[in-house]
Amino acid sequence: MKKSSSMIPYLIWMALFIIIPMLLVVYYAFTVKTPEGITWSLDNFARFFEPIYLKVLWRSLALALGSTLICLLLGYPVAMIMAGNAFTRKNVVMLLFVIPMWMNFLLRTYAWLAILERNGFLNVLLTSLGLPRLNILYTNTAVVLGMVYNFLPFMVLPIYSVLSKIDKGVIEAAGDLGANPVQVFTRVIFPLSLPGVISGITMVFMPALTTFVISRLLGGGQFTLIGNLIEQQFLVVADWGFGSAISMVMIIFILLSMAIMSFFEGEDKEKTLW
Amino acid sequence: MPENIVQLKGVSKTFDETMALADMNLCIKKNEFVTLLGPSGCGKTTTLRLIGGFEQPTSGTIWFNGKDISNVPSYKRQVNTIFQRYALFSHLDVYENIAFGLRIKKLEEQTIRQKVSKMLELVNLKGFEKREVDSLSGGQQQRVAIARALVNEPEVLLLDEPLAALDLKLRREMQHELKNMQKQLGITFVFVTHDQEEALSMSDTVVVMKDGEIQQIGTPEMIYNEPANAFVAGFIGESNIIDGIMRQDRLAEFGGAQFECVDVGFERDELVDVVIRPEDLALIPVEQAKLAGVVRSVTFLGVHYEMIVDAADGTAWLVHSTHMEPVGTKVGLDLAPMDIHIMKKVSES
Repeated sequence: MKKSSSMIPYLIWMALFIIIPMLLVVYYAFTVKTPEGITWSLDNFARFFEPIYLKVLWRSLALALGSTLICLLLGYPVAMIMAGNAFTRKNVVMLLFVIPMWMNFLLRTYAWLAILERNGFLNVLLTSLGLPRLNILYTNTAVVLGMVYNFLPFMVLPIYSVLSKIDKGVIEAAGDLGANPVQVFTRVIFPLSLPGVISGITMVFMPALTTFVISRLLGGGQFTLIGNLIEQQFLVVADWGFGSAISMVMIIFILLSMAIMSFFEGEDKEKTLW
Repeated sequence: MPENIVQLKGVSKTFDETMALADMNLCIKKNEFVTLLGPSGCGKTTTLRLIGGFEQPTSGTIWFNGKDISNVPSYKRQVNTIFQRYALFSHLDVYENIAFGLRIKKLEEQTIRQKVSKMLELVNLKGFEKREVDSLSGGQQQRVAIARALVNEPEVLLLDEPLAALDLKLRREMQHELKNMQKQLGITFVFVTHDQEEALSMSDTVVVMKDGEIQQIGTPEMIYNEPANAFVAGFIGESNIIDGIMRQDRLAEFGGAQFECVDVGFERDELVDVVIRPEDLALIPVEQAKLAGVVRSVTFLGVHYEMIVDAADGTAWLVHSTHMEPVGTKVGLDLAPMDIHIMKKVSES
């Protein structure tokens, strides 16, 4: 068929840049270098289950989940206000959310260093108000802050896009049937917005789980996350085998979280927009 | 004396300085089937939304069972609405859509099941409980919307052009069913439509509206036979509306001749609108007629023919008759005094 021949460039592209690298990762993960040469082994995976690395995994999951939750709690109300009828400055707020995304990700995160530093903007402000200094930089708080700041738009936009498509008549109908504003939200608006919530969670959780830039800059290297660990194995320690094994574990976690999300989505039979 | 269940007293509503409703006074009696009829933008839907509590009046008050409910939010009003586009909950199945209002009232599961299945029976949707509402046809969605509203046993049911999206055959069926349900359940229906046929066939009372003002309130027969003005006459059914002069009581002049009529109370030589229904014009031989013209077109409409007859003075008469004269024939038109309706001229603003 004609169709299949036009697919060829894309297939080559995918093979070169997706499939072959993936196979390489699998190859490195399942092999170890011994003096006698390269042999198949599960050692790399076994190493990952040492307490020190499990702790890294646990911390990454906890921080990613925490950031996702905070993004949801902050992002949902914003999305709702933006989608509301009474709100006439939708574009301005949307722009405020989108403009930071035009800036380089590293720059944005570096900016937080200047704000959170011992003598940074935040502490200058606090001391001038006669309040005690805060030493947030290089703590979990700073890392979560960085994640929330960087990933919040990815939560707001899908929720906003779903909320703004909800037929106002449905909300009126719920009120008409006796639901007070709280019940209208819990029984109609929130369930109808679930597809947006799910894609928002997915789009925040995944990059939060694998980020290494935010944790390195704002966590100061002492709060190693799984992303840093992988980066280290490849760039510092040059242990490609172990790095690949951790990467594979991450892929499994991401697939797992996607499966959980699509399970919730399946209940709703709605298509994700993002 | 039948009690007024809903009453609008001097209600006005403006949207961004546009007047949607001007000083409206309306009484709706218990168990009445009231239709608000008018062209789009006449304020009929606004009236309904005010009664439903989705809009607040700019001035005036709305009364329900003798209580002022002008500022009561919709969820506290004992009225239910069937929306034009149904507004079903797409995240719930048919059963849960209908049970929505009952669950809000926190009724027992047992009671909910009984009421919902009774409703499903009433709207002929037994066996559809677990279906997704998006998988239903327009007519079925319509029935779910009806069931969802009626299951709450409202005292007043508001219907906002509920049949507009259905095809003609289904619309006729649903008109019939709605009317039956209304009689059976003894609920007051306030029905909004722009379809005059629908209004005439279903209602006890028709309220004809235009530009946010009531033009006429009356039974379908009254509205059709005794339209209050040229607008009502033109909107309800087809009419010939022509300029005339009232020479004296019971004598009108139009189309170049004087006609005996039954209207009184006009000034001598007052300019008036003369309204004549096309079915009231009879074709007769030219020699015997005061009005004459040449048949311009003939359309067969099943029950009757529709003809356009061009008179010498330029008037095009619309004639409905079971009798047909071919195009180009010179015909005379006859009409009885009581079929001539004289209306005061409304200054077109």
